[in-house]
Amino acid sequence: MSVKEMTAKEIAQKVIKKEDLFILDVRNQSDFNDWKIEGESIEIFNTPYFDLLDGVEEVMERIPVEKEVVVVCAKEGSSILVADMLSEAGRSVSYLKGGMKAWSEHLEPIKLGDLHDGAEMYQFVRLGKGCLSYMVISNGEAAVIDSTRMTDVYLEFAASKEAKITHVLDTHLHADHISGGRQIAEQTNATYWLPPKDATEVTFAYQALEGGNVVTIGNTAIDIHALYSPGHTIGSTSFVVDEKYLLSGDILFIDSIGRPDLAGLAEDWVGDLRETLYNRYRQLSDELIVLPSHFMIIEELNENGSVGKQLGTLFAENHGLNIKDEKEFRAMVTGNLPPQPNAYQEIRETNMGKMTPDSEKQREMEIGPNRCAVR
Amino acid sequence: MIKTNSILDAKGLACPMPIVKTKKAMNAMEAGHVLEIQATDKGSTADMKAWSESTGHQYLGTVEEGTVLKHYLRKSSGDEQIEKKHANVISNDDLLSKMENQKSVVVDVRESAEFAFNHIPNAVSLPLGELEERLSELDKKAEIHVICRTGSRSDLAAQKLTSAGFKQVINVVPGMSQWNGPTEKSTN
Repeated sequence: MSVKEMTAKEIAQKVIKKEDLFILDVRNQSDFNDWKIEGESIEIFNTPYFDLLDGVEEVMERIPVEKEVVVVCAKEGSSILVADMLSEAGRSVSYLKGGMKAWSEHLEPIKLGDLHDGAEMYQFVRLGKGCLSYMVISNGEAAVIDSTRMTDVYLEFAASKEAKITHVLDTHLHADHISGGRQIAEQTNATYWLPPKDATEVTFAYQALEGGNVVTIGNTAIDIHALYSPGHTIGSTSFVVDEKYLLSGDILFIDSIGRPDLAGLAEDWVGDLRETLYNRYRQLSDELIVLPSHFMIIEELNENGSVGKQLGTLFAENHGLNIKDEKEFRAMVTGNLPPQPNAYQEIRETNMGKMTPDSEKQREMEIGPNRCAVR
Repeated sequence: MIKTNSILDAKGLACPMPIVKTKKAMNAMEAGHVLEIQATDKGSTADMKAWSESTGHQYLGTVEEGTVLKHYLRKSSGDEQIEKKHANVISNDDLLSKMENQKSVVVDVRESAEFAFNHIPNAVSLPLGELEERLSELDKKAEIHVICRTGSRSDLAAQKLTSAGFKQVINVVPGMSQWNGPTEKSTN
């Protein structure tokens, strides 16, 4: 039996389309427990590669014959070794090309819908990390929002749509992933917008994005209204795109809300978070579709793999928007916080321009799940 | 420099090769001996720990020198199973309170690499294999506490010291594997 290679994109498609896949994850147990490929149609089993060096007999009975099988490890070397052994034992299996590293970096572009005058809204779903970024395309121009460090993906996508990136925006200073915003802006001569209150320590030039600012994309004027909405960070800003979408950054997620502690100021910011979620957002139209910067669990994905829901629905269903008692709210978002994201301080400094780690180091800093929410 | 029985060069090799080579090298080693593995693959640290745990070898620690990671592993010896014979013993806790009140001589008979990553402050490192040739370094009349990881090697050492004429030799049980008192490192 031959060993085939499977790309991160192919796995992403299977997760979204809910196609059966059996994953044999051969990383060590602690890495596996920390972070793995998830999906409704995914069955996964962990056995470290080093327990299989003398033979794969033990694991054979765990591998279903009727399902497609892919072997996964950190970078791909060990998965090829194990896949070869399984193949010699008569099984037809694949390995994940580039390993979990590639999975963490894969972005799946999904069209969310049409805007006025032929403009389009896209979401880039980073399944391996739970990050969401966006592109608005209108009449030959494009804006990128909350981009990841895989900047080529946005540049190539814009080129394929024959659009020039003119604006790059970040809703806040990210602590869980490295922003590609500055790099994209430099390469395309676009304007890089950052909320000034989050950017007090940045080492590069940017355009101050403040509540009330309107950024226009394309001749047909797809407007992005900035809405100051502190709470996750002091500068956090939401955007309303074409009166249709509310880009909520890390303030409001589908099934959870933002955590206020990643800059070490949970107590100070919890009041802002409540004000944003319980007053400012209440004044917006219920019809707006909320598009956050993250999803936490795979169940948050819509049928087409995108992440987003009407604001009115979230007011009804999201637990974090339904805590009447302010004390209780305070206790929930400042106590019982999940562990902080891997290397979050270094990531913040990188996004400020204070550190310039090489790509290998950047990858390492982002390893693992993001943890920007409280449920 | 940490003294080991053998060194394996796995620099420049990507996963799974550092573990594959380590497994092979460990097979060729004597029980209880220490192997140094030099690797550059960052993922090797977590894998060395996990692999040691699953195979029963002892992961001692890792020292980072520039881009090189030096991992130290001790081949499983099964010496916990050996029956202890030296009658004069002291528990970890009793040694700890004794040390708080008076100056106590502690001789650590584990391998140098084990000692380097974790030992009692002021303990003397004297690996079991070197004990006989270095007897003159110790005072025959002094009270000597002998310690190892689980109390077995120190039991052997206590017997050797006693038959060499040492009068007050006390074996510390169970030893470093359960030690809750202060420790220090000397890996640089």
